[in-house]
Amino acid sequence: MKKFESKKRHVLPGDFITTAPLRLQGNVVLEGKRVIATSIGLSDVSADSVRVIPLTGVYLPKIDDLVIGTIQYIFGNSWFADINSCYQGMLLGQDVFGRGSYPTTSEMKERLDNGDIIYAKIANSDRQREPLISIADQSLGKIDSGELVKISPTKIPRLIGKHGSMIQSIEASTNATITVGQNGVIVVSCDETNGLLKALAAIRMVDEQAHLVNLTDKVKKMLESDGV
Amino acid sequence: MGGREANVVLLDENGIRSDGRKVNETRKVTIKAGVLKNANGSAYIEFGGNKILAGVFGPRDVHPKHMSNPDTGILRVRYHMEPFSVGERKKPAPSRREIEISKVIKEALEPAVMLEKFPRTAVDVFLEVLQADGGTRCAALDAASVALADAGIPMRDLVCACASGKAADTLILDVNNEEDQAGQADMPIGYMPNLGKITLLQLDGVLTADEYKKCIELGLEGCKQVYEIQKNALREKYFSSGDKD
Repeated sequence: MKKFESKKRHVLPGDFITTAPLRLQGNVVLEGKRVIATSIGLSDVSADSVRVIPLTGVYLPKIDDLVIGTIQYIFGNSWFADINSCYQGMLLGQDVFGRGSYPTTSEMKERLDNGDIIYAKIANSDRQREPLISIADQSLGKIDSGELVKISPTKIPRLIGKHGSMIQSIEASTNATITVGQNGVIVVSCDETNGLLKALAAIRMVDEQAHLVNLTDKVKKMLESDGV
Repeated sequence: MGGREANVVLLDENGIRSDGRKVNETRKVTIKAGVLKNANGSAYIEFGGNKILAGVFGPRDVHPKHMSNPDTGILRVRYHMEPFSVGERKKPAPSRREIEISKVIKEALEPAVMLEKFPRTAVDVFLEVLQADGGTRCAALDAASVALADAGIPMRDLVCACASGKAADTLILDVNNEEDQAGQADMPIGYMPNLGKITLLQLDGVLTADEYKKCIELGLEGCKQVYEIQKNALREKYFSSGDKD
């Protein structure tokens, strides 16, 4: 499965990639002078950096990622949300009520209660504590309706497609609004049931077949057919 | 374990062992990655007569909290034999041997797994022996490595393992149950081939210094053979672009 425009190779943990003195990005480690892959995936060597695009693994929060989370509980002045990772997202009360505010638990519960779904941005992710998330932007906040779907976080880039092509083609042919979180959580809302089912089926298809060729054509064919 | 013949011929005059193998031949090994739907990563191995299932969860929250480490993730391994895995029913409670093997496998995996990337979390490895026939700790370690890679846990290298030993005054590769019972030494070895480091080394028996060196070399040969099988199991799951329904 080689792509023509770059030297991508299948790698397993421990596989040697290069000895070139490149900047190390994700999923690689330097052993002496050799750059070694640490995950199952595709090695990607560019002019100034080297990384491995992983094919499996949990979501690790990265600053500025947009994620979909579910509020689990309130503690102190913060909400804690399940962001489909080994860490929980911490949403400060001050992020919602304004700086210098000390909202009570009932005030917080009124805004966002346990079980509410939010579209948030990772504001800060350091090693000392749980990642901070924020819903301060216009497009972020509570998601009121829709179907919640979880796929492997490593398949999200494939679902979005080059410049958003895959996700836009699914939205266009089903009239659905699809909110995609980098953490593998997706919310699909659609007025027609048929469109909703088709969109869900297309997402499932990408999750199962992301590593195979001709996925765009297969998804297109499925969307154009009448049944699901 | 019952019904063993008193005079099992471990090595006949043609250099053939009791199960028909040559002295430097391992038993048949097959590994399949990703066999459990609910685990983050999994693998099933058949190493000769051994049948072992490995399931990996993580990285995930640690409970109880006091066991978590603020600087790095922790690795927890549970090696367990099913009551039906051996001839005479094994009691389900963890025996001293199972606790030892759990510890030894954990220490064999720790150099490979990059836990510092996940502070305050744990990676749990569960190894269930469904059928045992000598060399279960090596087979379990082989399955655990594949399951960890399947779960996407970052690793410096896969850990492969194979046992070498001595029976009928000859160094042999991959000791089976009969050879373990009636032989003179059994040496399980865990190895990271790309880094050239041994992570598990135990010896049960007596070897001279020279035999010991040769036994390790023999064992590493076996480890490298298993390493290829581990990699092929992962390639088959992730890189084969066969037509799927």
